[in-house]
Amino acid sequence: MADANTQDKREIPYVMAINEGVHQIMQELDDTFLLGEDVAGVGGVFGTYRGVLDKFGPERAIDTPISEKGIVGLAVGAAATGLRPMVDIMFMDFLGVCMDEITNQMAKMRYMFGGAATLPITVMTMGGAGMSMAAQHSQSLEAWLIHLPGLKVVMPSTPYDAKGLLIAAVKDDNPVIVIFNKLSLGIKGEVPEESYEVPLGKARIAREGTDLTIVALGRMVYEALNAAEQLAELGINTEIVDPRTLQPFDTDTVIQSVKKTHKAMVVHEAVRFGGMGGEIAAQIQELAFDYLDAPVARIGAPFSPVPFNPGLEQAYMPNAEKIVAQAKELLDR
Amino acid sequence: MKELTNEILNNLYVCMVRIRLFEENAGKLQENGKIPGALHMYVGEEAIAAGVMAHLSDQDQITSTHRGHGHLLAKGGEMDKMYAELFGKVTGYNKGKGGSMHISNLEVGMLGANGIVGAGLPIAVGAAFSNKFRKTDRVAIAFFGDGASNEGAFHEAANLAAVLKLPVVFVCENNGYGEFTPQAQHQAITDVADRAAGYGMPGVVVDGMEVIAVYEAAGEAIDRARKGEGPTLLECKTYRFYDHSGVRGMGFNYRTEAEVERWKKRDPLDLFKQHLLDQELMTEADAAALADSIRQEVEAAIEFAENSPDPDLSTLLEDVYTN
Repeated sequence: MADANTQDKREIPYVMAINEGVHQIMQELDDTFLLGEDVAGVGGVFGTYRGVLDKFGPERAIDTPISEKGIVGLAVGAAATGLRPMVDIMFMDFLGVCMDEITNQMAKMRYMFGGAATLPITVMTMGGAGMSMAAQHSQSLEAWLIHLPGLKVVMPSTPYDAKGLLIAAVKDDNPVIVIFNKLSLGIKGEVPEESYEVPLGKARIAREGTDLTIVALGRMVYEALNAAEQLAELGINTEIVDPRTLQPFDTDTVIQSVKKTHKAMVVHEAVRFGGMGGEIAAQIQELAFDYLDAPVARIGAPFSPVPFNPGLEQAYMPNAEKIVAQAKELLDR
Repeated sequence: MKELTNEILNNLYVCMVRIRLFEENAGKLQENGKIPGALHMYVGEEAIAAGVMAHLSDQDQITSTHRGHGHLLAKGGEMDKMYAELFGKVTGYNKGKGGSMHISNLEVGMLGANGIVGAGLPIAVGAAFSNKFRKTDRVAIAFFGDGASNEGAFHEAANLAAVLKLPVVFVCENNGYGEFTPQAQHQAITDVADRAAGYGMPGVVVDGMEVIAVYEAAGEAIDRARKGEGPTLLECKTYRFYDHSGVRGMGFNYRTEAEVERWKKRDPLDLFKQHLLDQELMTEADAAALADSIRQEVEAAIEFAENSPDPDLSTLLEDVYTN
């Protein structure tokens, strides 16, 4: 039998952390239900919902037709009448199919109704490239979502945050979009067995440093950590901020870090133009202009759809090498 | 289905007159510049809201369209809070944040008019899901137009409701136009109800100008939903006497006066009044007295709305999120 000490250090993959979070929150809140394409019978195409049907039955784990507008619209109506829907949109790219339900219904109903409606909806979806899934199954479209008042948006990088942010998202009485990352599914990390929440709207310092602040979104946290090790060999001590929640954004943590390091870089997998990096860079220059020794650097994907060919895809995605190269330029090394 | 008693007949008539007088006055107020924004009125279609809602309680839910005032009135909406919302006042149902196109009252199960054509259908399916999840016999009704039946949301909602066997009734108010485009130019079918077959649910066509016909057809569909037998698509053939938006609208020349006059000869209110007179269930004097009393209700409600304050500017960012 494991003692408390080894339990604390239990490491499980990102996919299992999500699965455990789904099970625990559905156990805790009996007004929750799981809805989506192939979430029940096969437990989700990524395995994130395995066992949910067996544990909670067909009334709370529902396979739907391939019908994203119907799924999200149903969630809006169910939430407005008192339930707490957890819906899965298999790939983030499919948000395009249900963008009216996200944009014009879910995000706005509370405001339009003068506060009369409460919509505790969690939309779980999978973003990111790196698996040769090509242009319609690989995007990072968080910029679409952070622009919509009424929505909260989280993007967990670690297994710990995947479980804790998911549980917090479901408990939150606002609509929350949880963007998981498909390339991170196998990444292992420490995850407590018990249920816990990672508070929405709070960033995490993924690595402490003094010379450069990198704000990295989602899986890019790992690329930034890798880059930081390489930069350390050059004597550059990098601080990495993982925002975890993109909306509402924890500006304070970023600004505090930049005021310490005087240099900032934003890294995300989404296309650079119009990506969240622009917003973060703008906030840094508004709130910490006098502390900056150089313009805020931004790394994102080039202005192109995600390619299929593995070589092209690797060239397309931001990675540690690109971060190191940009950091050297920024620090004039 | 509830037996069609004299009391129900009377309630149907009251409901229709309340909608008609509410809308006629809303139209005037908009023309006088007192109501900002767009106003899509229900004049001509009253028999549908009245006939369907007669079967519902506050526990049942509806989703509505651009043309939602009649639905809310029939569902139990109060005129003062409705006019206040149309005026954008803080005393309105939506605290002045929604207006005509988003008017709602969750307390009576009215989940909102909707500015997006067809968007109410999946939301009604969600309300129906709640009803089934909680093992109640409540039903949800989605009102929509012929134009909305071309939206993906209609098709996804219909399929989902049928396959999950949810207690919902899809009520199509076919007024012959998708905005300004006549039905023959926006779909290659005459009866929207034909589409029900594609989803494995009954499709029923009814004369939307005859409130008793609507009442009876809606009652069957709603009973079916309450018994757990799944959704029905009920198409009510109707006509909007006013323009798409506003009374005279934007002056587009898309339908003839002769067509409008032909439909007005089948005014649902006139038809039903004549029926009640013929059946000696009402006299002309009764009708006049009723109209007078509703006019007073309308006047008082408008006065309430006019005298109500605008939302304080400090409320601009309220209710984007809940804490």
